[in-house]
Amino acid sequence: MSLVAHLLVRRGSAGETARWDRFAVPFERGQSVLDGLRRIRIETDPSLAFRFSCINANACKECVMLLDGKVVYACTARLEPREMRLEPLPNKALLRDLATEIAAPDERLANQRRD
Amino acid sequence: MAQAERIRLRCDVLVIGAGGAGMMAAIAADAAGADVLLVDRSLIGRGGATVMAQMTVAVALGEEVPDDVRHHLADTLAAGRGLCNPHLAALLCEHGPAAIRQMDAWHVGWARHPDGRIRQAHAPGHDRPRCAYVDFLATGPAVSRTLRAQVQRQARIRRVGDLCISDLVTADGAAAGAVGWSVSSGAPVSIAAKCVIIAAGGLTRLYRRNSASANMGGDGYALALRAGADLVDMEFVQFFPIGHLAPRLIGMDPIMWDPFRYKLGGRLLNADMREFTDDYGVSEDGTYRITRDLATYAICKEVEAGRGSPAGGVYLSFQHVDPALLSAAFGPVIERLAKNGIDLARMPVEVAPIAHYHMGGIRVSPALETGIANLFAAGEAVGGANGANRLSGNAITEALVFGRLAGEAAARAARTAASAWHESAAAPALALLAHEGARGPNPAALVAALQAVMARDVGPFRTAAGLARARAEIAALTASLGAGPGGAARPFDSARLDWFDLRNMLLVADCVAAAAQARRESRGAHQREDFPALKDDWTVNQTIRLADGHPVLAPVPASGAAMAAQ
Repeated sequence: MSLVAHLLVRRGSAGETARWDRFAVPFERGQSVLDGLRRIRIETDPSLAFRFSCINANACKECVMLLDGKVVYACTARLEPREMRLEPLPNKALLRDLATEIAAPDERLANQRRD
Repeated sequence: MAQAERIRLRCDVLVIGAGGAGMMAAIAADAAGADVLLVDRSLIGRGGATVMAQMTVAVALGEEVPDDVRHHLADTLAAGRGLCNPHLAALLCEHGPAAIRQMDAWHVGWARHPDGRIRQAHAPGHDRPRCAYVDFLATGPAVSRTLRAQVQRQARIRRVGDLCISDLVTADGAAAGAVGWSVSSGAPVSIAAKCVIIAAGGLTRLYRRNSASANMGGDGYALALRAGADLVDMEFVQFFPIGHLAPRLIGMDPIMWDPFRYKLGGRLLNADMREFTDDYGVSEDGTYRITRDLATYAICKEVEAGRGSPAGGVYLSFQHVDPALLSAAFGPVIERLAKNGIDLARMPVEVAPIAHYHMGGIRVSPALETGIANLFAAGEAVGGANGANRLSGNAITEALVFGRLAGEAAARAARTAASAWHESAAAPALALLAHEGARGPNPAALVAALQAVMARDVGPFRTAAGLARARAEIAALTASLGAGPGGAARPFDSARLDWFDLRNMLLVADCVAAAAQARRESRGAHQREDFPALKDDWTVNQTIRLADGHPVLAPVPASGAAMAAQ
């Protein structure tokens, strides 16, 4: 019997009412939550937003989010064959879905000197 | 919905890409007095390849044993199989020591002997120990962190993350700036710049299995091509032979086994648990001697012959190494491996070739100038220094050296250049950003489809039939992409980012396939199964220029060959 991970993802952007989407992902031993999220984008919903850069190495530290209420890196949190609840960081400005504004303030476009 | 108001920026020197090369370029241009804007489509200093480099930096420091720049250059040229641009290779080797000493002064933390000498490992292809590193598997992150700290210390350097550059703007044949969009808000952005440096890295994301960041989709090459610049050596993609394959590891980069090999040797074994590199002319016997192109060849041939490991690679074993030695060499890493269920003293791991680095890139002069006035390139975005195969350890050296030289050159040019910005020149690029069509096919799925095509037909082994099939499929994917991104711009629209990425990836993928199709020989990282031998009359670099949106190849006799003949 093949096992399934159910990712329950808090969706929406700033100013919208949040909704919860539930995605079923085939469970493969050893995979990360980030693997599951990337698979959802390819197979189901390319609009699902989350940050990542290095994919697997835990070097870029961009895929930070809440898993069952705890702060994790999605690339090192293991996918499990159960319901896993994913939310954006609560203390950062929401951009969309699981992506939040984590850039240093002086590295944001909004804070630059305009021409 | 009305499009958000355009954000207009202006600077002397625009640096695109905030990896090792881009940060170094920004530091150097600022030090030379230019007003610098450093942008990245990801966060500053987090994306790109440098942060992922767990290995070494090759440089003739002579701390381990006596060394000289000439020896490093000879090894670099030999690895490049006759196709290196010798001027660029010489720059890399000559300026390497100063760059590495500068990083040392900035406290990067090179591994040292008890007497204070910098440790230099002996990596394959080098005639002596030459490769500095930071323990444990931390070279890239340490280099990134150090450069990031230096960039931040220079208050004048403006840094902007989450800014995706979609096109360069040229006017009267000179670079005038760039157009892009804010990933975090979706708003269009224009940047008037006297000089532009492309430091956006390589193209490993074109392949399903790769060792770099998700933002390495060849965008720097595509930006240069569309601006009218030439690329060179695009057929030469380096595959790192022993990328981690199984069991599944998380929290570690797949190229992690290289430091294990240069410290501890290790044995590459086939399904019969036999060291097989002897069959390909390199006797290792527990040492690390085989170069990347040969190792990739040997591993692929073993798998093809049915002597591969269960996951489709070969075994790498350290079971013969004393566990105390393993712990001493890689203490904290051994613990991370244990968390992944891997005990090297008791089991081998499975490894297979993985897309790692691109030798080809933007064609530049020894001053890092492209053929377009005031447009420069740095780092992996540059083609030519490494010819048909890169010597291990040369990538970070290249990033630091070319970054610095490009930054200095651009700052010099900006002193006398007037801004060439014209709104009319930027209009087509701005119109593409304002495009609001229906949302087309799933762009994330198209990226995956392209990666599968490239892995199948444009990997380390190529045939005329496979390359023709790949180009046809790339053309079909390009047709399905449509003329512009779907939907209106909005905050953190991943699908929109994929659309702009695909536009670049498909163009660059076609360049790689076209150059590979034309080169009817095997050399270094380019192996044609239908033309298995190296041919002297192919001691030629192929340049690529865009005409009517399609790559046009032109052969140029390799200047290294001309120099050697003198």
